[in-house]
Amino acid sequence: MLSTILFAPLVGALVCGFGWRFMGEKPATVVATALLFLSAILSWIVFLTHDPYNIETVPILAWIESGSLATEWSIRLDRLTSVMLIVVTTVSALVHLYSFGYMDHDPQWREGEVYKPRFFAYLSFFTFAMLMLVTADNLLQLFFGWEGVGVASYLLIGFYWRKPSAGAAAMKAFIVNRVGDFAFLLGIFTIFFLVDSIQFRDVFAAAPEIAATEMTFLGLTVNAAELIAVLLFLGAMGKSAQLGLHTWLPDAMEGPTPVSALIHAATMVTAGVFLVCRMSPIMEFAPMAMAFVVIVGAATAFFAATVGLVQNDIKRVIAYSTCSQLGYMFVAAGLGAYSVAMFHLLTHAFFKAMLFLGAGSVIHAMHHEQDLRNYGGLRKKIPYTFWAMLIGTLAITGVGIPLLYVGFPIGFAGFVSKDAVIEVAYAGGGLGSFAFLALSVAAIFTSFYSWRLMFLTFWGEPRGDKHAHEHAHESPAVMTIPLGVLAVGSIFAGMVFYGSFFKDQAHIDEFFGIPTEIAAAADGEAHSTEEADHGGDHARVQEPGEGAIFIGPENHIIHEAHEVPAWVKASPFVEMLIGLFVAWLFYIRSPGLPRAWATNVAPLYQFLLNKWYFDEIYDWLFVRPAKFLGRFLWKRGDGNVIDGSINGLAMGAVPTATKWLNRAQSGYIFTYAFTMVIGLVLLITWMTIGQGGQ
Amino acid sequence: MDNLLSIVTFTPLIAAMILALFLRGDDEAAQRNAKWLALGATTFTFLVSIFILTGFDPEDTGFQFVEEREWLLGLQYKMGVDGISVLFVMLTTFLMPLVVAACWDVTHRVKDYMIALLVLETLMIGVFCALDLILFYLFFEAGLIPMFLIIGIWGGKDRIYASFKFFLYTLLGSVLMLIAMIAMYVDAGTTDIPTLLAHNFSSTPLDVLGVTVPGGMQTLLWLAFFASFAVKMPMWPVHTWLPDAHVQAPTAGSVVLAAILLKMGGYGFLRFSLPMFPVGSELLGPLVLWLSVIAIVYTSLVAMMQEDMKKLIAYSSVAHMGFVTMGIFAANQQGIDGAIFQMISHGFVSGALFLCVGVIYDRMHTREIDAYGGLVNRMPAYAAVFMLFTMANVGLPGTSGFVGEFLTLIGVFQVSTVIGVIATTGVILSACYALWLYRRVVFGDLIKESLRSITDMTGRERAIFAPLVFFTILLGVYPSLITDIIGPSVADLVGGYEQAAAQFEASRAVAAAE
Repeated sequence: MLSTILFAPLVGALVCGFGWRFMGEKPATVVATALLFLSAILSWIVFLTHDPYNIETVPILAWIESGSLATEWSIRLDRLTSVMLIVVTTVSALVHLYSFGYMDHDPQWREGEVYKPRFFAYLSFFTFAMLMLVTADNLLQLFFGWEGVGVASYLLIGFYWRKPSAGAAAMKAFIVNRVGDFAFLLGIFTIFFLVDSIQFRDVFAAAPEIAATEMTFLGLTVNAAELIAVLLFLGAMGKSAQLGLHTWLPDAMEGPTPVSALIHAATMVTAGVFLVCRMSPIMEFAPMAMAFVVIVGAATAFFAATVGLVQNDIKRVIAYSTCSQLGYMFVAAGLGAYSVAMFHLLTHAFFKAMLFLGAGSVIHAMHHEQDLRNYGGLRKKIPYTFWAMLIGTLAITGVGIPLLYVGFPIGFAGFVSKDAVIEVAYAGGGLGSFAFLALSVAAIFTSFYSWRLMFLTFWGEPRGDKHAHEHAHESPAVMTIPLGVLAVGSIFAGMVFYGSFFKDQAHIDEFFGIPTEIAAAADGEAHSTEEADHGGDHARVQEPGEGAIFIGPENHIIHEAHEVPAWVKASPFVEMLIGLFVAWLFYIRSPGLPRAWATNVAPLYQFLLNKWYFDEIYDWLFVRPAKFLGRFLWKRGDGNVIDGSINGLAMGAVPTATKWLNRAQSGYIFTYAFTMVIGLVLLITWMTIGQGGQ
Repeated sequence: MDNLLSIVTFTPLIAAMILALFLRGDDEAAQRNAKWLALGATTFTFLVSIFILTGFDPEDTGFQFVEEREWLLGLQYKMGVDGISVLFVMLTTFLMPLVVAACWDVTHRVKDYMIALLVLETLMIGVFCALDLILFYLFFEAGLIPMFLIIGIWGGKDRIYASFKFFLYTLLGSVLMLIAMIAMYVDAGTTDIPTLLAHNFSSTPLDVLGVTVPGGMQTLLWLAFFASFAVKMPMWPVHTWLPDAHVQAPTAGSVVLAAILLKMGGYGFLRFSLPMFPVGSELLGPLVLWLSVIAIVYTSLVAMMQEDMKKLIAYSSVAHMGFVTMGIFAANQQGIDGAIFQMISHGFVSGALFLCVGVIYDRMHTREIDAYGGLVNRMPAYAAVFMLFTMANVGLPGTSGFVGEFLTLIGVFQVSTVIGVIATTGVILSACYALWLYRRVVFGDLIKESLRSITDMTGRERAIFAPLVFFTILLGVYPSLITDIIGPSVADLVGGYEQAAAQFEASRAVAAAE
């Protein structure tokens, strides 16, 4: 069954990519979509039925084997895998379905051009690569998936290859990701260097040893666990678009919108979070690296939210929002609350995919207009889309009933999981407080830009091209059905999965298959019941490598997160209200305000509008110097120095050679042959003399 | 079939002789006959060579299919293959039919062209099979003559300069290698390679012109061989002949040059430098590692700025060969496995990339990157094939390009983290130059008037690419096909090297203590 889940998308991709010539466009795309649905259904069955305590490994084929390095293609099934399986296959199946509507009559293409099978093939291939990533049982297969999704992303961002901007964005995405991959590879090398294996099983088992090892890296003596954790996290930063390596994500919006929903919101960009959780046995031994994760995550959440405030392209707003939400996940993971990070990953996948698909529906309705300033008043024209977007917005901004608890909190998916992240941040203390502050401000901004998007799109007067507004129409059912399904997820995912991911340590242990010893005989019956009620503190007997995530003996973050003061628990709700109110003030109450503010604080506005000038700085710091250096080494290094000296040598020392050069083209070939023969004669003469001497 | 290697080696030569002696005229029919004969001969050679592979026992680390005969002047003719060389033989026989098919549209002196290619094949196979120093030298040096002719007669307009440069570079190397071979003969009393492999060349320090050379004779011999192989490789800073030679060479010449001739240097290091002069390798290995990483970074940066497609790919070849030399002189199992894998894989990938350039060069007669753009509009199949090989060049997991790169990097990282880190930047830089090239040539709208009527790949071109595509993916997904064959021989090589290096270190420690 696992193999079917994994390979169905690959088969779909091949059928679609190559088979459409024989079976026609429509059947090919239908086959790919059907296979994806099959994969999704099987994933849910696996998710609901597998035993988390029993980590399964299904070997498929040997891969790179060299000396002590032995890797194979295989499937590892534990709770982390099964969570990712449902996220990836569900969203992917829905996006496939949605694409039937969205990609129909795409105005980017000319009459008679076949683009749909190619699009579906890429989507299916992406899904396959992503599944390889999440089912890997060694770092190398994970890296295969990591690069595979990178290529799929590259191909899909550059899907509209006629547009020069799409080509540029695709290239940028791949190269920036490669910067992260560079560190990721070094992480793998370091692990192999220390453990002599890159199988998760061996690596996790060796984690305590690694933590006790000091090694020399680039002349510095560092703790091995910290080093590995930092290197792997740098890889994660690239894929998950964290501050510094985030510049590719907004540009990636050049791709078709279903792609943005699937790859650049729900699945691929969360691979970094998955990686950190997957490597929890190492991470738990690397406190400094974890602090770094928290800082970067918090900074990204804040930074991206500020930029999101002023963007005018509907997709870019959501892209920055994704970037920011990924920061939330990293804060949780960095503080040791891996289950909470995965929780937010899961809920985010639903509501963010829905927001993107909703945005796609708006764009579709508006004839591929993407500028918020040209929308307005679309509520009545596209009601289903409106409701879907509204649910998505309620979910991302975190609407729910604060402080009410009926075994689980009541609220939209984002409300439950985001509150969990913020509580974890507060409970983290120290760095956590910094993160708490950053995340709280980011929450206000999130609420503001999300509602801004809603108000500008669906409320107010129609702006921009009249024609487009007149012809605005609701999308077909293949597009609204996926929205409906995701809406259900966005509403209920938080409440349904609260118990498994955040309720208390005992539930989490059970969900993730972490062995525990609740009824410790020595401590007696009463004590243990008390502890079970308490949640957090029962004796943990987990060795690194057992369970899907490793929680160190000192790690009580989940328990502490539940102990935070009531005002902390209520704060995200208040922040949501502030954002909503300001957005209402700016865009409903007095629409003149934004313009006034933009002129009043023009430098700040420009700073945000230009995304903190990251692209310009990078261009100046890296791109230009690299180009200059390349040209310099070519013209001066190869040209003047190397060729210059060799030509000089030739002209000086072998003047006769130049004469031959002028004479005939075959002259020096003859010379060469002649030299060789002379050489042989010399050699043979030597030999005869030598033999004579012996 | 105890003379299988000879059959494989000399079949192309026999075909070349038949062409030279019996084929007359230069009309269309004669040209066609020449091509078909060459294609038939190379294909036959390939089919026969499959018996080498099927009969080869990877567990046996010694030489197999050994043939030994008395020859002229008391010289011996000795051939044989082991786990290190057998795949190079296969690579050559596999690629040559494709190369012949790739020059199907040549009309200028077709018969001579085919003869040159066939002779070249014999000489290249000979290099990998020769088990006698003199035989090796003969094959190794003579192989350049047909290459000169191919560049000189069928090449571009600056072919004179290119082959002159090629000549000068190589001459210096060969002279030094020749002297070293004489010295080896004097020392060991034989030219038999298996015997030389077992021979311990002296490593006691020598005084040369008042300078004490640590490692003595081994170091000197190592340096002499290095001079020759480094040029062949080519390593930085003696690489500048390669871009010029590639630019001037016709497509088939470029493919052979990149896919096979460049591997002779790497093969030489593995056959001579590392096992015969372990002390020299131990002492000078770090130098090679540094030259390799410089090559990777330097030539990748240079490749990025090229305006000529062939030059760009040529520079990227130098960078990839940097991974090879780095892997070899990391001198551990992963490094050497990776180096051999990288050489085989590069044979497919760079060969295919030069063929890709050839496809559009045949149509537009220019290699300027700026002359293209938006090819995907009219050439979707070409765009797909070029994409695959671009990604293989970048080292995408799942293609053969990744395995070699990964293994050499993981190998060198065990030796030095600094070298490992610098070399790994290659994965970023290769993405820069390769994707930028692809974007400029293939992506975008088709604006240029001259490209309006360009046609997609023909059936013949597709047939040439198909096996390359197949192997690039197969080896990326299931690299054990190669590592199983080379593994035991490499393990043997590494074991011998480590033992010798440890002995040398011990003796040095003793000497220091005294």
